Amino acid sequence: MTVGLGHYLTVAAILFVFGVFGIFLNRKNVIIILMSIELMLLAVNINLVAFSTFQGDMAGQVLAMFVLTVAAAEAAIGLAILVVYFRSRGSIAVEDINQMKG
Amino acid sequence: MIFKFIVFLPLVGFLIAGIFGRQIGDRASMLLTSGLVSIAGILSWFVFFDVIAGGNQHSVHVLSWVTSGTLTFDWAFHIDTLTAVMLIVVNTVSALVHWYSMGYMEEDPHKPRFFAYLSLFTFAMLMLVTSDNLVQMFFGWEGVGLASYLLIGFWYKKPSANAAAIKAFVVNRVGDFGFALGIYAVFLLVGSVEFSTIFARIGEFETATVSFLGTDYHAITVAALLLFVGAMGKSAQLGLHTWLPDAMEGPTPVSALIHAATMVTAGVFLVARFSPLFDLSPVALSVVTYVGAATALFAASVGLVQNDIKRVIAYSTCSQLGYMFVALGVTAYGGAIFHLFTHAFFKALLFLGAGSVIHAMHHEQDMRKMGGIYKKIPLTYIVMIIGTLAITGVPFLSGYYSKDLIIEAAYASSAPGAQFAFILTVVAALMTSFYSWRLIFLTFHGQTRADNHTFDHAHEGPAVMTIPLIILAVGALAAGGYFANSFIGDGRFAFWNGALVTSAGDVMDLAHQVPKAVVWAPFIAMILGLFVSACFYRPHVKMSAIAAFGLAVAATAVLVLVPSQYAGYAAVAALALSAYVLFGAWGWLSNDLPSRTAATWSGLYAFILNKWYFDELYNYIFVRPAFWLGKIFWKKGDEATIDGFGPNGVSALVAGVAARVRKLQTGYVYHYAFAMIIGLALVVTWFMMQGGAH
Repeated sequence: MTVGLGHYLTVAAILFVFGVFGIFLNRKNVIIILMSIELMLLAVNINLVAFSTFQGDMAGQVLAMFVLTVAAAEAAIGLAILVVYFRSRGSIAVEDINQMKG
Repeated sequence: MIFKFIVFLPLVGFLIAGIFGRQIGDRASMLLTSGLVSIAGILSWFVFFDVIAGGNQHSVHVLSWVTSGTLTFDWAFHIDTLTAVMLIVVNTVSALVHWYSMGYMEEDPHKPRFFAYLSLFTFAMLMLVTSDNLVQMFFGWEGVGLASYLLIGFWYKKPSANAAAIKAFVVNRVGDFGFALGIYAVFLLVGSVEFSTIFARIGEFETATVSFLGTDYHAITVAALLLFVGAMGKSAQLGLHTWLPDAMEGPTPVSALIHAATMVTAGVFLVARFSPLFDLSPVALSVVTYVGAATALFAASVGLVQNDIKRVIAYSTCSQLGYMFVALGVTAYGGAIFHLFTHAFFKALLFLGAGSVIHAMHHEQDMRKMGGIYKKIPLTYIVMIIGTLAITGVPFLSGYYSKDLIIEAAYASSAPGAQFAFILTVVAALMTSFYSWRLIFLTFHGQTRADNHTFDHAHEGPAVMTIPLIILAVGALAAGGYFANSFIGDGRFAFWNGALVTSAGDVMDLAHQVPKAVVWAPFIAMILGLFVSACFYRPHVKMSAIAAFGLAVAATAVLVLVPSQYAGYAAVAALALSAYVLFGAWGWLSNDLPSRTAATWSGLYAFILNKWYFDELYNYIFVRPAFWLGKIFWKKGDEATIDGFGPNGVSALVAGVAARVRKLQTGYVYHYAFAMIIGLALVVTWFMMQGGAH
């Protein structure tokens, strides 16, 4: 059995769905939400790299590098926000973060 | 120029005292307003003698006012005899009341405001009486209404004073509405609102009709009746009289000036001014007669049982105004104005005298808490006696000439309603005598019912209060006799000089030829009233019965020997006096006669004590339905409909929708993320169904 494009896309889709459910089903910790977002970005990256390889177009891989950079920056900012949030509220449990409630 | 001074000096006083009263202080405000009105008063006497001696009429143009199509009128004065009479009445009484108020209002903290209002009233009243057109008259008419409102409610911290002021204003609105319609009717008919044009041309419209709702009415009758509705409101005639007794909430000088001598006579002045119009409508004249006679009797009957000294005099005023309208109704216009003139003196005197009593008694107005104070305030007592003698019609005092003429004219007239008016006015004369003497007896005689402190401190007012009383007393004594020939006698043609409708052989000539019994009727009624009053309230006078009886016999002998009118008067008086003394000597009289009578006739007593239930009736017919209707408009119309669908409805809708939308906002991050994902998925799905980006 050769590993084709479909396999890569399937793995990426499964990863993406994991990420989505990680956001929705998680009730405990905001860090897990951040991790889930990373997971979704990585799933996208896999798609990009897979298409890039099978199409012979390097632009997709370049874009994947950009995505990694942005993901790193986003993780850094997200964690920084969490630290500050923990200092002021004393908790980063997802259930406790409902200040935007109407 | 002199006319402008007369009219505008009070306005100047009003403006200065009203605007700068605080800066110039109490004393300057009082002296300024009083001085200016006094100057106007002196000038108006000059004008009066100029007009009647020289037979002059003056027209003074002040400013152009309105020129609109065929409607043209100016600010202008027309001074004829009628106006000149009103000028001296208004300005004299006003000046005296200004001076009197300096003493009466001594302890009041708002003196500049009070004097400013008094001067404003004087100005408005002068505009009313000097006007040469209906619209300017209406201006003065409303101006005096405003000043009356302000002065009734002068003590604005008293809820009863505020209520009385509003009542006076609202009831007058009814009359003013009629007056305004009357102005329109006259304009519609004649095409002008200027008196000179109206009276010159009114004869042309004698048979004109107006059509209203498919029926034709005699146009002049309609106009006259509408104007009379205005007069009824201002002059407190039966039906629109309810405000006048309540107006006694104002300070007493105000009652003397506005609600006795001047403003309430504006209605009489209006009808007299329009005598050429009323003369053409027998129906309107009959209505005037009936209303006047009914008012005279009604008010006199209520006056019998009132306990507030000012209310007694207020009902007396209402009753005397009824007499004036009777005189107008039977076309004795000169008699009406003559009674207006004499009434102004003696009624202002009675009111200011009552004010002097109230001042002496520490603002006590209930006659049940007075009594026996004639020794304490002898001057007030004497002038009140003079006023009472004048109003009851004792011969040779001013009321005698004017009131008796009205009664005789009512008898002499053959107009419908005149005989009715004759009987009612004679009965009212009896009642007038009873309540006037009752006031004197209860206030000044007998054992005092005041507490010791008040009684011991009762004192005469300062000179600024007593001198006006003396001047008015002179007027009440002499004004009638001095002017009788001019106003109602043979000199009246030259005197009125066309200002009123009067001609030889009219009802005033007939009034001088009535039977003896009619001439005597008011006098006997007066003596009878005094007699009953004395029996009720002075049952134990120690007087020599024999001396009085001898006097009666002597007077009767004089009557037999000298068959003259006045000897008869003396005999009637002496008979009543001796009967009274004999009743007392035989012990038929006792102190509890008033209460026994009230208990015996309790139904009738309650009926007149409650003013014939007019207030209750109006409350039931007009006030409560008005409140009910207002509440419907308020609750259903305004709150439910306009606010409900307007501002309140829209805001409630926004708030309701927002409250529901707000529930969507849980505040949990993953919910928002979920919404974004779902949205993204939907968008992507949408594109896929559309066949991609192509």
